[in-house]
Amino acid sequence: MTSDEVLISVRNLKMHFPVHQGAIFQRSRGRIRAVDGISLDIRKGETLGLVGESGCGKSTLGRAILQMHRPTAGEVYFRDMNLTSMQRNRLRRMRRHMQMIFQDPYASLNPRMTVGDIVAEPLIVHNISGGRKRREQVQTLFELVGLNPVFVNRYPHEFSGGQRQRVCVARALALNPDFIVCDEAVAALDVSIQAQIINLLMELQAKLNLTYLFIAHDLSVVRHISDRVAVMYLGKIVELASRQDLYANPRHPYTRILLSSIPVPNPQYEKKRRRELLAGDPPSPASPPKGCNLSTRCPLATAECYKHEPEFREMGRGHWAACFRA
Amino acid sequence: MSVLEVKGLKTQFHTREGVVRAVDDVSFELDQGETLAIVGESGSGKSCTVLSVLQLVQRPPGRIVAGEVRYGGRNLLELSEREMRAVRGKSISMILQDPMTSLNPLLTVATQIGEVLQVHMGLDKRQARRRTTELLRMVGIPEPEMRLDDYPHQLSGGMRQRVMIGIGLACSPNVLIADEPTTALDVTIQAQIIDLIKRLRNEFGMSIIWITHDLGVVAGLADRVMVMYAGQVVEVAPVEQLFREPRHPYTIGLLNCLPRLDIDRAEKLTAIEGLPPVLIGRPAGCPFSPRCPQAVEKCSKQRPDLKPAGPGHRVACWAARL
Ligand SMILES: Nc1ncnc2c1ncn2[C@@H]1O[C@H](COP(=O)(O)OP(=O)(O)OP(=O)(O)O)[C@@H](O)[C@H]1O
Ligand SMILES: Nc1ncnc2c1ncn2[C@@H]1O[C@H](COP(=O)(O)OP(=O)(O)OP(=O)(O)O)[C@@H](O)[C@H]1O
Ligand SMILES: [Mg+2]
Ligand SMILES: [Mg+2]
Repeated sequence: MTSDEVLISVRNLKMHFPVHQGAIFQRSRGRIRAVDGISLDIRKGETLGLVGESGCGKSTLGRAILQMHRPTAGEVYFRDMNLTSMQRNRLRRMRRHMQMIFQDPYASLNPRMTVGDIVAEPLIVHNISGGRKRREQVQTLFELVGLNPVFVNRYPHEFSGGQRQRVCVARALALNPDFIVCDEAVAALDVSIQAQIINLLMELQAKLNLTYLFIAHDLSVVRHISDRVAVMYLGKIVELASRQDLYANPRHPYTRILLSSIPVPNPQYEKKRRRELLAGDPPSPASPPKGCNLSTRCPLATAECYKHEPEFREMGRGHWAACFRA
Repeated sequence: MSVLEVKGLKTQFHTREGVVRAVDDVSFELDQGETLAIVGESGSGKSCTVLSVLQLVQRPPGRIVAGEVRYGGRNLLELSEREMRAVRGKSISMILQDPMTSLNPLLTVATQIGEVLQVHMGLDKRQARRRTTELLRMVGIPEPEMRLDDYPHQLSGGMRQRVMIGIGLACSPNVLIADEPTTALDVTIQAQIIDLIKRLRNEFGMSIIWITHDLGVVAGLADRVMVMYAGQVVEVAPVEQLFREPRHPYTIGLLNCLPRLDIDRAEKLTAIEGLPPVLIGRPAGCPFSPRCPQAVEKCSKQRPDLKPAGPGHRVACWAARL
């Protein structure tokens, strides 16, 4: 049910972290440009997939959109409210509409709370329900994510990795948010439960007109759930297109290499396959290359690519890429 | 020749609701230079099985109640904590599932890896720092010198995972146990790590146990696959055989759940119907029977044992065609 209405709008967003070195005398060694000038729109009711090399800034972008990091520069709009200039207490009330499912389930669950209380917490904090109604709601949420409700009184460490991840999903769904950043929300799950959660996320989206930013490494999952997909490399978006277009007709060399690296569940095929790998080491986000970020490793790079940064431009209908050679 | 042999392993947790049978009579062997993949339902006891091998299950509430783990002519389950410490990291090393919980948040990357190198390899501080840099480069972390003094929270999820892999490989172990080591990595870096692991396997004859949910990775890396459900091994087979002719209805269900790249988006992904089992108490029959499309009457009454189903292929199922 994607509409043209824009729910989240990101404008020239930057999130830089200072780098220090030395245990005692901390010398500043420049800045890590985790997110380095990103602009994009997320439409109401759509799922925008976000993929890219590990460490390229996906989680940071998700966090900066939700203002869990206060960005170094740029703006983020939710509907037409500017979140970047909003005050803390107003922002806190906005939180209800925007949730995040974290990459590291264990680190994001309070070890001293039972999982039932963890899922109930947002209902309490935002005064949604109490007493029996709340217990019922928690039970429904448990069932929704495929957790047996008899476990409400257990603590996070008593669960397996995948079970903890489902607790996180249940907690994020508790408040019926409008927008959810799913950061590797299904990576720790077996494929059956992964399928259940993805089906669930898609059903809820259809029912409640939810909008997702779906960060993941599993490109077949991203293809299944996304309407559009953005590819990130070293702090920047390098390609953005509809799901069909991106997988059928990738323009950016990085996207091509990414797609060609997907492991295939077929042993005969895997034994014979020759992978295209990126040459050389990934550059550091503290000192990105001068021209195109990929130039140091790109099989197609020419002199121009080392000198100038390619513009992010529309190459086909709704298909954007930043590459001179595409 | 097998380097590691697990026999009749049972690990349980005592909880308020009762005894959780996390690992319930698991046996398997690992050959020199072999890669065994363990797959299975989330919560089926994969992590507990390998944690038990190194006596890393937290006790209480956990307890290994039965079984043997044979390595180098000894039963590891009979060793003292001091003796175990000499085995861990050096002979058998383990990459744990949760990098955030297994890395100490208060120590820098250099300190954490350096410690392992100083204890097991007898390096001094400077040598350890140099070797740490090499290890980080090996696992694909850009400008490793700059990362040495970072704390875990300053790293991305995939970098933390690669630090864990670096620690796991630090002492060139004879057996590497990796619990979901690449879930946080993108496919290109994952492919590099897997190439690295394969190289170490071919050069040094390292044996590997690799726990993963990614059946694509299984297809590319494993020699054999062991499928777990509810604390038990339900099927084990050479990798090609398992993908070609899965016999256990749970394995068949698992292979059907994959989102496929070669067909366009189906309305819905297939999932295995029903709730995952509660591991408290011991059901009389096959633990999968309440969700099994092929279940017959016997399945809810009597538990099936692993039985041969072809060369190197064994399956625990009453209904499977053998
Ligand atoms: N709190 C922080 N302090 C300092 N640096 C940080 C912090 N958070 C992230 N970074 C740095 O920002 C860069 C991007 O990290 P981020 O976690 O956004 O990557 P990612 O794309 O999510 O990677 P992954 O796929 O591995 O999770 C990395 O170089 C990381 O070290
Ligand atoms: N400390 C504990 N107390 C009680 N039960 C526990 C404890 N630790 C683990 N369990 C239970 O033991 C079972 C096996 O857990 P384990 O972590 O081995 O699963 P897993 O197969 O590795 O799953 P995943 O794929 O999700 O990581 C789970 O059902 C879990 O709930
Ligand atoms: Mg991340
Ligand atoms: Mg596990």
